[in-house]
Amino acid sequence: MYNKPLILTIIMVVLAGLAAPFIYARMGTGAAGPPRLAPPPGGEKRCVESKEYMREHHVDLLMRWRDSRVREGALKYVASDGRGYVMGLTTTCIGCHSNKADFCDRCHDYALVHPRCWDCHTFPEKGDTAK
Amino acid sequence: MTRREFLQLLALSGFGLVAPAGMLKGEGTGKKTPKKWAMVVDIFKCAKKEGCTECIEACHRIHNVPNIPDAGRQITWIWTSPFDALFPEQPAYVEALRGRQIMALCNHCENPPCVAVCPTKATFKRDDGIVMMDYHRCIGCRYCMAACPYGARSFNWQDPRPFIHAIDKGYPTRTKGVVEKCNFCDERLARGLVPACVDACKGTCLAFGDLNDEQSAVRRLLGSRPAMQRKPELGTRPKVFYLLA
Repeated sequence: MYNKPLILTIIMVVLAGLAAPFIYARMGTGAAGPPRLAPPPGGEKRCVESKEYMREHHVDLLMRWRDSRVREGALKYVASDGRGYVMGLTTTCIGCHSNKADFCDRCHDYALVHPRCWDCHTFPEKGDTAK
Repeated sequence: MTRREFLQLLALSGFGLVAPAGMLKGEGTGKKTPKKWAMVVDIFKCAKKEGCTECIEACHRIHNVPNIPDAGRQITWIWTSPFDALFPEQPAYVEALRGRQIMALCNHCENPPCVAVCPTKATFKRDDGIVMMDYHRCIGCRYCMAACPYGARSFNWQDPRPFIHAIDKGYPTRTKGVVEKCNFCDERLARGLVPACVDACKGTCLAFGDLNDEQSAVRRLLGSRPAMQRKPELGTRPKVFYLLA
Protein backbone atom coordinates (compact mmCIF):
# COMPACT_ATOMS: atom_id res chain seq x y z
CA MET A 1 0.00 0.00 0.00
CA TYR A 2 1.38 3.35 -1.02
CA ASN A 3 1.30 6.20 1.52
CA LYS A 4 0.24 3.81 4.27
CA PRO A 5 0.65 6.23 7.19
CA LEU A 6 -1.25 9.00 5.45
CA ILE A 7 -4.17 6.77 4.39
CA LEU A 8 -4.45 5.20 7.84
CA THR A 9 -4.41 8.63 9.45
CA ILE A 10 -7.18 9.84 7.16
CA ILE A 11 -9.27 6.72 7.85
CA MET A 12 -8.79 7.24 11.59
CA VAL A 13 -9.83 10.88 11.35
CA VAL A 14 -12.94 10.03 9.32
CA LEU A 15 -13.94 7.26 11.73
CA ALA A 16 -13.36 9.53 14.70
CA GLY A 17 -15.55 12.16 13.05
CA LEU A 18 -18.35 9.68 12.44
CA ALA A 19 -18.16 8.32 15.97
CA ALA A 20 -17.93 11.76 17.58
CA PRO A 21 -21.68 12.27 18.14
CA PHE A 22 -21.99 8.92 19.91
CA ILE A 23 -18.92 9.50 22.03
CA TYR A 24 -20.10 13.01 22.80
CA ALA A 25 -23.52 11.75 23.86
CA ARG A 26 -21.90 9.18 26.18
CA MET A 27 -19.63 11.76 27.70
CA GLY A 28 -22.36 14.36 28.06
CA THR A 29 -24.35 15.08 31.19
CA GLY A 30 -27.22 12.87 30.11
CA ALA A 31 -29.14 15.85 28.77
CA ALA A 32 -30.05 14.05 25.56
CA GLY A 33 -33.59 12.81 25.09
CA PRO A 34 -36.92 14.52 25.74
CA PRO A 35 -36.83 17.16 28.47
CA ARG A 36 -38.35 16.56 31.88
CA LEU A 37 -41.37 18.79 32.29
CA ALA A 38 -42.37 20.29 35.60
CA PRO A 39 -45.78 19.23 36.96
CA PRO A 40 -48.35 21.92 37.76
CA PRO A 41 -47.25 23.91 40.83
CA GLY A 42 -50.73 23.60 42.34
CA GLY A 43 -50.34 19.83 42.56
CA GLU A 44 -53.19 19.01 40.15
CA LYS A 45 -52.74 15.43 38.96
CA ARG A 46 -55.48 15.07 36.34
CA CYS A 47 -55.37 16.95 33.04
CA VAL A 48 -58.43 17.48 30.82
CA GLU A 49 -57.69 14.25 28.99
CA SER A 50 -55.19 11.47 29.67
CA LYS A 51 -51.50 12.31 29.88
CA GLU A 52 -50.74 10.29 26.75
CA TYR A 53 -53.47 11.98 24.76
CA MET A 54 -52.43 15.44 25.88
CA ARG A 55 -48.79 14.76 25.08
CA GLU A 56 -49.59 13.91 21.49
CA HIS A 57 -52.73 15.87 20.79
CA HIS A 58 -52.79 19.01 22.94
CA VAL A 59 -52.47 21.07 19.77
CA ASP A 60 -55.57 19.45 18.23
CA LEU A 61 -57.48 19.95 21.46
CA LEU A 62 -56.49 23.62 21.63
CA MET A 63 -57.46 24.16 17.98
CA ARG A 64 -60.84 22.54 18.59
CA TRP A 65 -61.36 24.64 21.71
CA ARG A 66 -60.37 27.76 19.79
CA ASP A 67 -62.83 27.11 16.97
CA SER A 68 -65.76 26.15 19.15
CA ARG A 69 -65.19 29.03 21.54
CA VAL A 70 -64.61 31.76 18.95
CA ARG A 71 -66.78 30.58 16.10
CA GLU A 72 -69.56 28.57 17.70
CA GLY A 73 -69.75 30.50 20.95
CA ALA A 74 -69.54 27.30 23.02
CA LEU A 75 -68.12 27.59 26.50
CA LYS A 76 -67.97 24.09 27.99
CA TYR A 77 -65.90 21.11 26.92
CA VAL A 78 -66.95 17.68 28.07
CA ALA A 79 -63.94 15.42 28.48
CA SER A 80 -64.00 11.75 27.49
CA ASP A 81 -64.58 10.78 31.13
CA GLY A 82 -67.59 13.09 31.39
CA ARG A 83 -66.06 15.93 33.36
CA GLY A 84 -66.77 19.45 32.13
CA TYR A 85 -64.24 22.21 31.55
CA VAL A 86 -64.44 25.82 30.48
CA MET A 87 -62.59 26.04 27.17
CA GLY A 88 -59.84 28.57 27.68
CA LEU A 89 -56.10 28.66 27.23
CA THR A 90 -55.37 31.39 29.74
CA THR A 91 -57.99 30.24 32.23
CA THR A 92 -58.21 26.46 32.19
CA CYS A 93 -54.78 25.40 30.84
CA ILE A 94 -52.66 28.07 32.47
CA GLY A 95 -54.85 27.83 35.58
CA CYS A 96 -52.90 24.66 36.40
CA HIS A 97 -49.81 24.94 34.20
CA SER A 98 -48.82 28.35 35.47
CA ASN A 99 -45.16 27.35 35.11
CA LYS A 100 -45.00 28.11 31.41
CA ALA A 101 -41.19 28.35 31.29
CA ASP A 102 -40.72 24.91 32.85
CA PHE A 103 -43.60 23.26 31.03
CA CYS A 104 -44.68 24.70 27.67
CA ASP A 105 -41.45 26.43 26.74
CA ARG A 106 -39.11 23.65 27.79
CA CYS A 107 -40.65 21.14 25.39
CA HIS A 108 -41.31 23.66 22.62
CA ASP A 109 -37.66 24.71 22.74
CA TYR A 110 -36.56 21.08 22.60
CA ALA A 111 -38.86 20.32 19.66
CA LEU A 112 -37.97 23.62 17.98
CA VAL A 113 -41.58 24.70 17.55
CA HIS A 114 -42.63 28.28 18.04
CA PRO A 115 -46.34 28.54 18.78
CA ARG A 116 -47.49 32.14 18.62
CA CYS A 117 -50.21 32.00 21.26
CA TRP A 118 -48.62 34.68 23.42
CA ASP A 119 -48.28 37.21 20.61
CA CYS A 120 -51.88 38.08 21.39
CA HIS A 121 -52.98 36.17 24.48
CA THR A 122 -51.85 37.79 27.68
CA PHE A 123 -50.23 35.56 30.25
CA PRO A 124 -52.23 35.94 33.45
CA GLU A 125 -50.62 37.26 36.60
CA LYS A 126 -50.74 35.08 39.68
CA GLY A 127 -54.29 35.00 40.96
CA ASP A 128 -55.74 36.26 37.67
CA THR A 129 -56.64 32.82 36.41
CA ALA A 130 -59.69 32.52 38.61
CA LYS A 131 -61.48 35.08 36.40
CA MET B 1 -108.63 -7.06 2.83
CA THR B 2 -111.03 -4.96 0.85
CA ARG B 3 -109.91 -2.24 -1.46
CA ARG B 4 -111.35 0.31 0.97
CA GLU B 5 -109.36 -1.08 3.91
CA PHE B 6 -106.21 -1.15 1.82
CA LEU B 7 -106.57 2.53 0.91
CA GLN B 8 -107.25 3.45 4.55
CA LEU B 9 -104.13 1.62 5.65
CA LEU B 10 -102.11 3.28 2.91
CA ALA B 11 -103.31 6.74 3.96
CA LEU B 12 -102.55 5.98 7.60
CA SER B 13 -99.02 4.78 6.89
CA GLY B 14 -98.45 7.80 4.68
CA PHE B 15 -99.49 10.02 7.58
CA GLY B 16 -97.12 8.11 9.81
CA LEU B 17 -94.24 8.99 7.50
CA VAL B 18 -95.08 12.66 7.24
CA ALA B 19 -96.25 13.36 10.78
CA PRO B 20 -92.91 13.09 12.65
CA ALA B 21 -91.37 15.76 10.42
CA GLY B 22 -94.30 18.05 11.13
CA MET B 23 -94.07 17.41 14.86
CA LEU B 24 -90.38 18.23 14.83
CA LYS B 25 -91.20 21.53 13.22
CA GLY B 26 -93.81 22.18 15.87
CA GLU B 27 -91.12 21.75 18.49
CA GLY B 28 -89.50 24.93 17.23
CA THR B 29 -92.38 27.08 18.43
CA GLY B 30 -91.28 26.64 22.04
CA LYS B 31 -87.74 27.64 21.19
CA LYS B 32 -86.52 31.18 21.71
CA THR B 33 -85.78 33.19 18.59
CA PRO B 34 -82.11 34.13 18.46
CA LYS B 35 -81.20 37.55 19.72
CA LYS B 36 -80.37 40.31 17.30
CA TRP B 37 -78.19 42.86 19.04
CA ALA B 38 -78.47 46.50 18.05
CA MET B 39 -77.38 49.88 19.34
CA VAL B 40 -79.18 53.20 19.34
CA VAL B 41 -77.27 56.49 19.51
CA ASP B 42 -79.11 59.61 20.57
CA ILE B 43 -77.42 61.87 18.07
CA PHE B 44 -78.44 65.20 19.65
CA LYS B 45 -77.33 64.20 23.12
CA CYS B 46 -74.04 62.90 21.71
CA ALA B 47 -73.43 66.06 19.65
CA LYS B 48 -74.04 68.23 22.66
CA LYS B 49 -71.17 66.61 24.57
CA GLU B 50 -68.39 68.31 22.61
CA GLY B 51 -65.03 66.63 23.16
CA CYS B 52 -66.47 63.74 25.17
CA THR B 53 -64.49 60.49 24.86
CA GLU B 54 -66.06 58.39 27.64
CA CYS B 55 -67.22 55.57 25.36
CA ILE B 56 -63.98 55.51 23.37
CA GLU B 57 -61.78 55.38 26.45
CA ALA B 58 -63.79 52.63 28.13
CA CYS B 59 -63.81 50.49 25.00
CA HIS B 60 -60.17 50.95 24.13
CA ARG B 61 -59.06 50.31 27.70
CA ILE B 62 -60.78 46.96 28.17
CA HIS B 63 -60.01 45.72 24.66
CA ASN B 64 -56.31 46.65 24.72
CA VAL B 65 -56.65 48.96 21.73
CA PRO B 66 -53.30 50.71 21.26
CA ASN B 67 -52.95 54.47 21.16
CA ILE B 68 -50.71 55.06 18.16
CA PRO B 69 -49.90 58.73 17.52
CA ASP B 70 -49.24 58.25 13.78
CA ALA B 71 -52.64 58.96 12.20
CA GLY B 72 -51.99 56.56 9.33
CA ARG B 73 -51.48 53.66 11.72
CA GLN B 74 -54.13 54.43 14.30
CA ILE B 75 -56.38 51.66 15.62
CA THR B 76 -59.94 52.61 16.50
CA TRP B 77 -62.91 50.55 17.63
CA ILE B 78 -65.00 53.62 18.39
CA TRP B 79 -64.22 57.06 17.05
CA THR B 80 -65.89 60.40 16.43
CA SER B 81 -66.42 62.06 13.07
CA PRO B 82 -68.25 65.18 11.94
CA PHE B 83 -71.95 64.56 11.24
CA ASP B 84 -71.50 65.43 7.55
CA ALA B 85 -68.78 62.81 7.16
CA LEU B 86 -70.82 60.09 8.82
CA PHE B 87 -73.99 60.90 6.89
CA PRO B 88 -72.83 62.30 3.54
CA GLU B 89 -76.18 61.57 1.90
CA GLN B 90 -78.09 63.62 4.46
CA PRO B 91 -77.03 67.14 3.44
CA ALA B 92 -77.89 69.51 6.24
CA TYR B 93 -80.72 67.23 7.28
CA VAL B 94 -80.41 68.86 10.60
CA GLU B 95 -78.59 72.18 10.42
CA ALA B 96 -77.79 72.04 14.10
CA LEU B 97 -75.69 68.92 13.58
CA ARG B 98 -73.50 70.20 10.79
CA GLY B 99 -69.84 69.68 11.71
CA ARG B 100 -70.64 68.29 15.16
CA GLN B 101 -68.62 65.29 16.32
CA ILE B 102 -70.71 62.11 16.50
CA MET B 103 -69.56 58.71 17.75
CA ALA B 104 -69.31 55.85 15.28
CA LEU B 105 -68.44 52.18 15.49
CA CYS B 106 -68.85 48.96 13.51
CA ASN B 107 -72.46 48.75 12.37
CA HIS B 108 -72.67 44.96 12.67
CA CYS B 109 -74.54 44.93 9.37
CA GLU B 110 -77.25 42.40 8.67
CA ASN B 111 -75.69 42.07 5.23
CA PRO B 112 -72.00 42.64 5.97
CA PRO B 113 -69.77 43.19 2.92
CA CYS B 114 -66.66 42.46 5.02
CA VAL B 115 -67.88 38.91 5.65
CA ALA B 116 -68.58 38.38 1.96
CA VAL B 117 -65.04 39.29 0.88
CA CYS B 118 -62.98 37.64 3.64
CA PRO B 119 -61.01 34.84 1.96
CA THR B 120 -60.38 32.90 5.18
CA LYS B 121 -63.74 33.40 6.92
CA ALA B 122 -61.84 35.20 9.67
CA THR B 123 -64.74 37.64 9.70
CA PHE B 124 -68.09 35.97 10.16
CA LYS B 125 -71.59 36.77 11.32
CA ARG B 126 -72.94 35.05 14.40
CA ASP B 127 -76.54 33.96 14.88
CA ASP B 128 -77.11 36.93 17.18
CA GLY B 129 -76.06 39.29 14.38
CA ILE B 130 -72.63 40.22 15.73
CA VAL B 131 -70.02 40.49 12.99
CA MET B 132 -67.03 38.86 14.63
CA MET B 133 -63.34 38.60 13.93
CA ASP B 134 -61.44 35.38 14.47
CA TYR B 135 -57.98 36.90 14.74
CA HIS B 136 -56.41 33.44 14.51
CA ARG B 137 -57.53 33.21 10.92
CA CYS B 138 -56.85 36.76 9.75
CA ILE B 139 -54.09 36.85 7.15
CA GLY B 140 -54.02 40.63 6.95
CA CYS B 141 -55.15 40.94 3.32
CA ARG B 142 -57.33 43.95 4.22
CA TYR B 143 -60.09 43.07 1.73
CA CYS B 144 -62.54 43.67 4.57
CA MET B 145 -61.19 47.17 5.06
CA ALA B 146 -61.72 47.91 1.38
CA ALA B 147 -65.21 46.42 1.51
CA CYS B 148 -66.41 48.18 4.66
CA PRO B 149 -68.19 51.39 3.64
CA TYR B 150 -68.00 52.77 7.18
CA GLY B 151 -64.26 52.73 7.86
CA ALA B 152 -64.87 50.62 10.94
CA ARG B 153 -61.74 48.52 10.57
CA SER B 154 -58.11 49.15 11.43
CA PHE B 155 -54.98 47.30 10.42
CA ASN B 156 -52.06 46.55 12.72
CA TRP B 157 -49.05 47.80 10.80
CA GLN B 158 -46.84 47.01 13.77
CA ASP B 159 -46.85 45.19 17.08
CA PRO B 160 -49.49 47.08 19.08
CA ARG B 161 -48.23 46.12 22.53
CA PRO B 162 -45.72 48.94 23.02
CA PHE B 163 -48.59 51.38 22.43
CA ILE B 164 -50.98 49.93 24.98
CA HIS B 165 -50.79 52.02 28.11
CA ALA B 166 -51.81 49.25 30.52
CA ILE B 167 -52.58 45.81 29.14
CA ASP B 168 -55.87 44.44 30.50
CA LYS B 169 -55.08 40.81 31.28
CA GLY B 170 -58.70 39.84 30.88
CA TYR B 171 -58.60 40.32 27.11
CA PRO B 172 -56.05 39.42 24.43
CA THR B 173 -54.15 42.00 22.45
CA ARG B 174 -53.75 41.74 18.69
CA THR B 175 -50.57 41.21 16.76
CA LYS B 176 -48.84 42.73 13.77
CA GLY B 177 -50.60 41.98 10.50
CA VAL B 178 -54.21 41.50 11.56
CA VAL B 179 -57.27 43.67 11.08
CA GLU B 180 -59.40 44.53 14.09
CA LYS B 181 -62.68 46.22 14.92
CA CYS B 182 -65.50 46.52 17.45
CA ASN B 183 -66.99 43.20 18.58
CA PHE B 184 -70.12 44.64 20.27
CA CYS B 185 -68.45 43.43 23.49
CA ASP B 186 -69.38 39.80 22.87
CA GLU B 187 -67.25 38.86 25.90
CA ARG B 188 -69.41 41.09 28.11
CA LEU B 189 -72.69 39.98 26.50
CA ALA B 190 -71.75 36.40 27.34
CA ARG B 191 -71.63 37.44 30.99
CA GLY B 192 -74.96 39.26 30.74
CA LEU B 193 -73.46 42.76 30.68
CA VAL B 194 -74.13 45.55 28.19
CA PRO B 195 -71.24 46.76 26.00
CA ALA B 196 -68.61 48.85 27.77
CA CYS B 197 -69.38 52.00 25.74
CA VAL B 198 -73.05 51.91 26.75
CA ASP B 199 -72.00 51.40 30.35
CA ALA B 200 -69.47 54.24 30.21
CA CYS B 201 -71.65 56.87 28.49
CA LYS B 202 -72.73 59.06 31.37
CA GLY B 203 -74.77 61.23 29.04
CA THR B 204 -76.92 58.15 28.36
CA CYS B 205 -76.64 58.77 24.64
CA LEU B 206 -76.39 55.03 23.98
CA ALA B 207 -78.92 52.25 24.28
CA PHE B 208 -78.35 48.58 23.56
CA GLY B 209 -80.66 45.62 23.24
CA ASP B 210 -82.28 42.84 21.29
CA LEU B 211 -84.18 43.85 18.14
CA ASN B 212 -86.24 40.66 18.36
CA ASP B 213 -87.50 41.57 21.83
CA GLU B 214 -90.39 44.03 21.72
CA GLN B 215 -89.71 45.09 25.29
CA SER B 216 -86.06 45.93 24.73
CA ALA B 217 -84.75 49.48 25.09
CA VAL B 218 -83.79 49.69 21.44
CA ARG B 219 -87.18 48.53 20.17
CA ARG B 220 -89.00 51.03 22.38
CA LEU B 221 -86.77 53.88 21.22
CA LEU B 222 -87.00 52.95 17.57
CA GLY B 223 -90.75 52.50 17.87
CA SER B 224 -91.32 55.95 19.32
CA ARG B 225 -88.72 58.19 17.64
CA PRO B 226 -87.40 58.71 14.11
CA ALA B 227 -84.00 57.19 13.46
CA MET B 228 -81.57 56.71 10.62
CA GLN B 229 -78.68 54.48 9.71
CA ARG B 230 -75.37 55.26 8.02
CA LYS B 231 -75.45 54.90 4.21
CA PRO B 232 -78.67 52.85 4.11
CA GLU B 233 -78.69 53.02 0.29
CA LEU B 234 -75.88 50.43 0.19
CA GLY B 235 -78.17 47.71 1.47
CA THR B 236 -75.86 46.61 4.28
CA ARG B 237 -78.64 47.10 6.85
CA PRO B 238 -76.64 48.51 9.76
CA LYS B 239 -77.71 47.68 13.31
CA VAL B 240 -76.45 50.91 14.79
CA PHE B 241 -79.26 53.45 14.68
CA TYR B 242 -79.04 57.20 15.17
CA LEU B 243 -82.05 58.86 16.79
CA LEU B 244 -82.99 62.15 15.20
CA ALA B 245 -85.48 63.62 17.62
